[in-house]
This record gives sequence, structure tokens and C-alpha cells, in this order.
Amino acid sequence: MTCLIKGCNFVLRNIPHEVFAYQKDSDTEFRFQTNHPNIFPYLLVNIGSGVSIVKVESEDKFEWIGGSSIGGGTFWGLGALLTKTKKFDELLQLASKGQHTNVDMLVKDVYGGAYQTLGLSGNLIASSFGKSTTADKEFSKEDMAKSLLHMISNDIGQLACLHAKLHNLDKIYFGGFFIRGHPVTMRTITYSINFFSKGEVQALFLRHEGYLGAIGAFLKGAEQDNPNQYSWGENYAGSSGLMSTSPDVYPMQRTRSGTFDMLEMDRLERPLVNLPLLKDPSTYIPDTVDLTDDAMARKYWLTCFEEALDGVAKRAAASQPDSVDAQERAEKFRQKYWNKLQTLRQQPFAYGTLTVRSLLDTREHCLNEFNFPDPYSKVKQKENGIALKCFQSVIESLDSLGWEERQFALVKGLLAGNVFDWGAKAVSDVLESEPQFGFEEAKSKLQERPWLEDSYSQWLERLKEGPPHKCALIFADNSGIDIILGVFPFVRELLSRGTEVILACNSGPALNDVTYSESLIVTERIAAMDPVIHSALRDEKLLLVQTGSSSPCLDLSRLDQGLAVLVRERQTDLVVIEGMGRAIHTNYYAVLRCESLKLAVIKNSWLADRLGGKIFSVIFKYEVPCK
Amino acid sequence: MSWAQHGQSETRWGLVQHRRSGDSTEGHVFPWFGLDIGGTLVKLVYFEPKDITAEEEEEEVENLKSIRKYLTSNVAYGSTGIRDVHLELKDLTLCGRKGNLHFIRFPTHDMPAFIQMGSEKHFSSLHTTLCATGGGAYKFEQDFLTMGDLELCKLDELDCLVKGVLYIDSVGFNGHSECYYFENPTDPERCQKLPFNLENPYPLLLVNIGSGVSILAAYSKDNYKRVTGTSLGGGTFFGLCCLLTGCSTFEEALEMASHGDSTKVDKLVRDIYGGDYERFGLPGWAVASSFGNMMSKEKRESVSKEDLARATLITITNNIGSIARMCALNENINRVVFVGNFLRINTISMRLLAYALDYWSKGQLKALFLEHEGYFGAVGALLGLLDSA
Repeated sequence: MTCLIKGCNFVLRNIPHEVFAYQKDSDTEFRFQTNHPNIFPYLLVNIGSGVSIVKVESEDKFEWIGGSSIGGGTFWGLGALLTKTKKFDELLQLASKGQHTNVDMLVKDVYGGAYQTLGLSGNLIASSFGKSTTADKEFSKEDMAKSLLHMISNDIGQLACLHAKLHNLDKIYFGGFFIRGHPVTMRTITYSINFFSKGEVQALFLRHEGYLGAIGAFLKGAEQDNPNQYSWGENYAGSSGLMSTSPDVYPMQRTRSGTFDMLEMDRLERPLVNLPLLKDPSTYIPDTVDLTDDAMARKYWLTCFEEALDGVAKRAAASQPDSVDAQERAEKFRQKYWNKLQTLRQQPFAYGTLTVRSLLDTREHCLNEFNFPDPYSKVKQKENGIALKCFQSVIESLDSLGWEERQFALVKGLLAGNVFDWGAKAVSDVLESEPQFGFEEAKSKLQERPWLEDSYSQWLERLKEGPPHKCALIFADNSGIDIILGVFPFVRELLSRGTEVILACNSGPALNDVTYSESLIVTERIAAMDPVIHSALRDEKLLLVQTGSSSPCLDLSRLDQGLAVLVRERQTDLVVIEGMGRAIHTNYYAVLRCESLKLAVIKNSWLADRLGGKIFSVIFKYEVPCK
Repeated sequence: MSWAQHGQSETRWGLVQHRRSGDSTEGHVFPWFGLDIGGTLVKLVYFEPKDITAEEEEEEVENLKSIRKYLTSNVAYGSTGIRDVHLELKDLTLCGRKGNLHFIRFPTHDMPAFIQMGSEKHFSSLHTTLCATGGGAYKFEQDFLTMGDLELCKLDELDCLVKGVLYIDSVGFNGHSECYYFENPTDPERCQKLPFNLENPYPLLLVNIGSGVSILAAYSKDNYKRVTGTSLGGGTFFGLCCLLTGCSTFEEALEMASHGDSTKVDKLVRDIYGGDYERFGLPGWAVASSFGNMMSKEKRESVSKEDLARATLITITNNIGSIARMCALNENINRVVFVGNFLRINTISMRLLAYALDYWSKGQLKALFLEHEGYFGAVGALLGLLDSA
């Protein structure tokens, strides 16, 4: 039991799309829930051979409050006796094809219709297996299995609701092998909870429900290591996704992995927490578009990633010219990611809510698996070198401008710099074909105002009228021109106004995004050239931190704890998020407690079209918290 | 003339006269029936007047007399109807009349035959109201009308149940207590059935176990509600038993169960933990998984029909007990009365319910039983007939 709870707490805390509700009739059956920052208290109903009901109040405080002997073992045992089926999965299969109304006595069989006075529908089951007494014919295996499934699911649901009511809980997590992602079981349990609680209690399922005990046992064994000091992430490369157990569906998956599902988790060296500036962490969803929900968007993005795959694999191989097996590994990577994409085509919910972020992250995980931790490493170095050479002249030309002109030039610089993104196919095509395409050209080609999203005037107004911000937190995007010629001049201006700056970069590489360790080197080089940056570093007005992320996107609920602490200490009152990955694919609708700037150039025509513009449209969102 | 000015017999005569003239404000036309048409069984209560005067007898219509004779001189009707003679309430005074209350049951399956019989005996010409409750009152309403030319007065089954329970408990069982409980339920030597005084019954949890189960909470005579129900009831026990053992009657199923060993079929806590699961206070003898041993082919082949029957009985009974216990906790009630024909001749279940409720509630809850088990709805329907004015 302890292991089960430890395991449950662990997955609830560390796997963002662990929990889902099942809705039979909606377009996407699986509706994933964000994990609230505070997961306690909750009711865990574990359905194994029998049923255990546990109330979990904190990491160490949990209580077995009840149980039932009518569980998975009953289904299997009675099912085997009645239908002569030996395997559990086969029983479920039979159940999915049966009509329980042939076996059960319904309210309408007793009343001839509904039981009006009590509002009991005629289709409700009055007595499970109640028809047996009067029928002269034999029942089919399918019908009996279905009836048995309903009987057991309804009973468990009812008992769970009674316990939830007694303890004032409105969320029940169901775990255990009885459920196994099988739609019929989830449907009956969801229905049962809905019915018996009159819609007040929510039935929730866990993607990794079969693993809770094992994970808990592992954690207990690793207790000396104190696993809770770390944060964990799901490794999409190593994990198999949520699968239905029906063998006739997804035969491809079946033959590959047999009945053994996989879960691989990465242990991150540092704990991850919420950004303190989020307005409401419990409702924060990083992703802008839910691809599990939005079929058209899903089709587009899956195709997009499929089409880009060859280029990514080539680049990966090319990044390790001295390696003998780079080609081979790149091919394996390509194959693996391709299969993942195909799985997601069939089962969009396999890894939780499908988003552009999850597609990007999966790709990164797959690259890592085949030893391509940083395919853009050399490209980044080269571009940093080029950009550093231009730094001083860019600063000089900015300094020569009037104040208002300079503000606009700085913003254009940020935007133009953001164009240099190898992650976007449209851009990488240009960069491949025109190596001379430079910063100036990018600036001049920038969309004319009014931009697609344009609150620049309000931002300018704020700078003019308001006091300097106390401290700004900037989430950087790309290496090279972006960070050096776009971000740093902007940072410099803020510092000159008296605003402290926290520059946050990725903990691990992703595409050509700048990493924390790279940012240290770049900053040192710039400090050597520029006194403003130099003194800011020295006086700790310019601070460099890692985000805790290794993704091209940004999840503000899973940030490095050090960053969060610093944000609080320095009373950050401005957050700047740049780039498509961090400001558009994620966080476009994020609500913060302080002022924020979200800037990006849209480098994908489909996305631009979606948002109402053309490719290379500019997004400049300046937001102020509402009172 | 005011009937109060006359002697008793004349009073009654006057009453009969009144009735004859169709004035229904003073009592009702005989026969007095209460009908409860459930999912599996039809329960019928019949009031046999023992205070019929000579004049009344003379005036009595022929078919009324024959109905009375048929019902009271037989204990079995057709091939499936049964009168529970041991439950007969003698010398009952109802609406100013003295008589015996008879308790009769037959399978709902034979409802058409019953209506047919009513039609043959020209029941409809008696112009009496037939009060019926239970789902079948709605389901068979049309049939009564077309086949038997009878209009049913439909009453809500839960209203009837509560009224029936309160009434029978108030009149007692021929001088004995209607309500009882078990002391030392699991000790065969020391187990005792003891009377229980339900004088101040409220609040009360009433668990009616028929084909399915309804659970009511009663706070006062007129304040009660249906808390919940479960579809795992008597019908489930019987249905599963038939499928697993091939038995064909409830009596047979119970007989088999009484000789079986459910621990061969169920997986107990000690089968998993080797003993008690102390951390959560689960004793080794508690069932961890009903029918859990049946996952194994060898075990499936080694158990007897009796074992399976017993396991089915235990499973259904324990589950009802669990749900009842949770409801009692949620409603803050500590007395739970179990009624319904599932408990007829079913001491195993009654004792198990008594024990389970006591054990899992650590003595806080008490399981109570009533002698007239499944007939309260029908009694309530009869009372409904006499109430209507």
C-alpha cells in the first residue's frame, strides 16, 4: 500500500499529462487534466483482485478507509466460470461485444417504463443477472461478460462515491490492472461515479495506472537518495504510450511490444516548480493548441514533423562527422521518431494531450536516445562567433539614435533576431541557400506595422510614463544573432534604465536554442567588449540562470527552483518571452501577475494563417495584469 | 338515520348499506387486498373479516364468498402460489373490522394467470378498488384493464414500504415482537434471535432487498427519502446461482449454499498476506477478492456447486452490508433494518449482515430484521386502500 501511494504521488507530481477523464461521446475520449500544484487530498481507488480505497492527505499521511472484495478477481473468476474464458483480456473483449440488457433486469422490466416518482430511467439496471430467473434460453458469453462488467464497475463506483461523500472529496483516481485503459471499463466507472454522485465527483484515470506499486517500490528502495529532491520527466522515446488492449485495433503496436508496456522516466538533477508570477497555477495550461482536440491542426503538425524529419536526421548525422556510426544512428533515430508519429496519428492521446510542444520534445528525446544530444552545437558556435563580431557596431548604431527611435529599433532587433531559427523549416531553407542573409536584411524585411498582434504603442507609453521596472525576467530563444544582437542590446537598455535582468536559458540543448552554459560564455565575451554589461555582471544586476527545460517550448509550471527563488527575491515585475516555441506554441494565453511581453515572428505559414496573418507576421503582445 | 344511534350489528348493517349505495366515505367494499408487484415476486395481503354478521353474509355476493373461501382454505394456489401461514396475523382490527391478515406470494411471471383468474371469478363486478404498488402496478396496469376489467389504484412502493413497516411493527406479531436482532451471530452454539423494541424508530435506515435493493432513510413518519439502491440484489444471487449450479428455485439455491464452503472460491486476505494485514486492520479471514480463487483453472475444477452457491450468497450479502454501512455513516443513522424476500428462510445472510455490520462499524451499527420480510409493500398498499377517502 505504501508503495502504491508513493507511486501515485510520484506520477501525479511528475508527469504532466498523467491524469485524464474519459468522455465516451465527445470527439476526443480522453480529456487530460493539468496537475494542480497541490495534489492533496485525494481518494485513490485501486482495483486489483480486490478493491482498496485510500484517502491520501499528504506525502506521508494516508489511510486505508475501505475496500471491496468485488474487483478484478471477481470479474475474472466469475467470468471464467460463466463463459469458460481463461484470459482476462479475452473477457474484456467479450464484454465489449455484449448486450447486458439480455441478462439484466432493468427498471423498465419491472415498471414497464421509467420509475417516474424517483426519476429512475427505465434503462437503469434494477437487478444484475436478474433476467436469469425467467429466461428459458441460454445467455451468450458476450452478454454475460458485459453484464458482469457493468455489475462490478457500478458497484465499485457506488462504493467509491459513498466514501468520497463521507470524506468530502470530489476527485477519485482509479488505478489498478482492472482498468488498463480499456474504454468499456472506464466508461462504466465514469458513468457510475457520475450517476451516484449526481455529477459532483469526478472519475479520473492514470495513464500509468499499472505501475504505481512498482514505482513506489523503486522509490522506497532509493529512499536514501531522496528522490523527491529531484524532478522527473517522462521520456517519450522510451515510453510506450497509452494503448487499448483490444488486439484487433493497432495490430502494429501489438506485434512490436507484446503485452509489456514501457515507461521510461528521466531524473532531472534539479527540482522543478511553478513560476511564482503565474496568476493561477492550478488552471495554467502551457499549450496554446490542443492537438488531441483539434483534428485539423493535428493532421497539419504531424505531417509537418514528418516532412521535416529527413532534414533533422541529416543534420544530426552531419553534426558528428568524425563518428563512424553517426549515419546508422541517425537512421535509427529517423525510424524511431517516424514510428512515434504514426502511433500519434492512430492514438493522439498516447502520451497525454498532444501538442506541438510534445511533438518537439519527443523529437529531442529520440535524438538523445541515439546519442545526438546537440546536433546544432557547431552551427551555434559558428553563428555566435559571427554575431559577436557585429555586436559593437550594432550597439554603436543604437546608441546614436534618439530615445524613442532606439526603443523601436531594439524591439525590431529582438524580432529580427528571432527570425534566425533553425527549427523553422522556412528559415532553415533560407539559411541553407543564402548564407549571407544577415541581421540587417532581416530587420529590413520585418513586417511593417501594424503587426499581426501589436501593442507596441502601449509598451512605449509604459516606458515613457512609468518608473523603470525593478527586475525583468527574459526567456531567451535562439543562439547566435538572436541572443547576441537581439536580446543583449535589449538587456543593456533595461540595465541602463536601472532595471535588473534575469536572463534564463535552457538547461539542455534543443534545436539551436541557447543553453545556460553557452549563455555564460557569450555573456563573458560581451562583458569584455561592453562596460554596461561588464559592471552589471559584477554588481549582480545581470543574472544568468537555467530554466530547467531542454525544450524549444516553455512550461512555466516546471521551472528550475533556483529561477523561482530568484524571481521572488528580486521582485521581478516584467517577464519577456521571445520566440515561437515559448511565446506562441506555448504561453500565448498564459496569464501572469506582472507585466509581460510576448514577442515572436511566425515562421510557419499554417500557424500564421491560423492566427489571421501571413508567414513572417510579427506578434508583439504587451500585457498588463488586470486589477 | 345516524348510524351511531343503532346497535353494533345495525351499525354494521348501516355501514354495509352505505357502501352499497356507493358512498365511499365510510369504509370500503370487501374484499380488502394489498398488492405489491415486484420484479420477481408478487406479494398479496388479504384481510379476511371474521366479524361478518348473519345479514352481511346473506347479502354477500357469491363470488366474494368464493374468493374468501378459496384464499383461506388453501395454502397453495396453482403450482406457484403460496400462502405463508406462519405469518398470518390473527384478530387484527382494521378500520373498525376484526379479522385475519393473510400473506400470499407468487412469481411475477405468473401475473397473467392471476389476472385471468380474477377475470374468471368476476372480480371486477365487486366494484372494489384494487390497490397495487411496486413496478408491476405500472407495468401490468393495462393488462388488468383489458384482461380483468380492473382499474388499479397505483401507490408508490416506498411510501407503502414505510407505512407497512410502521403499521406491522405497531400491531405486533400475534403478541410477539415483529422486530428482532441477532446476538452472537457467528457462533452457532450461542447465536440467539432476540426481540427488539422499535418504539422510537427514528431515524432508521431501511434496506429492502428484493430483486434489487433500495435503501431508504426515515427521519419521521412522513419524512423519509430513498438514499440509494444497488442492482446487486436477490435477483443477482438467484440468477448467478442458477447459471453456476443449475439450480431452479430459491430454496434449492439456499440449500446448496448451506452446505458449501465459500473460502474455496474466494481469495481471502490471508491467502495474499499469509495472515492479517495489520497495517490497515484487515483480518486474515476477510475476503480480499470474491471468486478470486476462480482465476485458476485447477481451483475452478476442484470446487463444488455448493461452494459456488455459498460464495455467491456471501458476495452479494457482504456487498449489501457494505453499502448499507456506508449509507448509515453518511446519514448518521445507527439502526439498519433489513427487509425483503431475499432474506426469506435465509438465516445465513441475516447472520452475516448482523455480524458484518457490527464488526466493520466496531459495534456502532445494529442490524435489525422483521418477521414479515417482504410483505410490507403489500401491507402498505392495503393501508392505502383503507386510507383513501
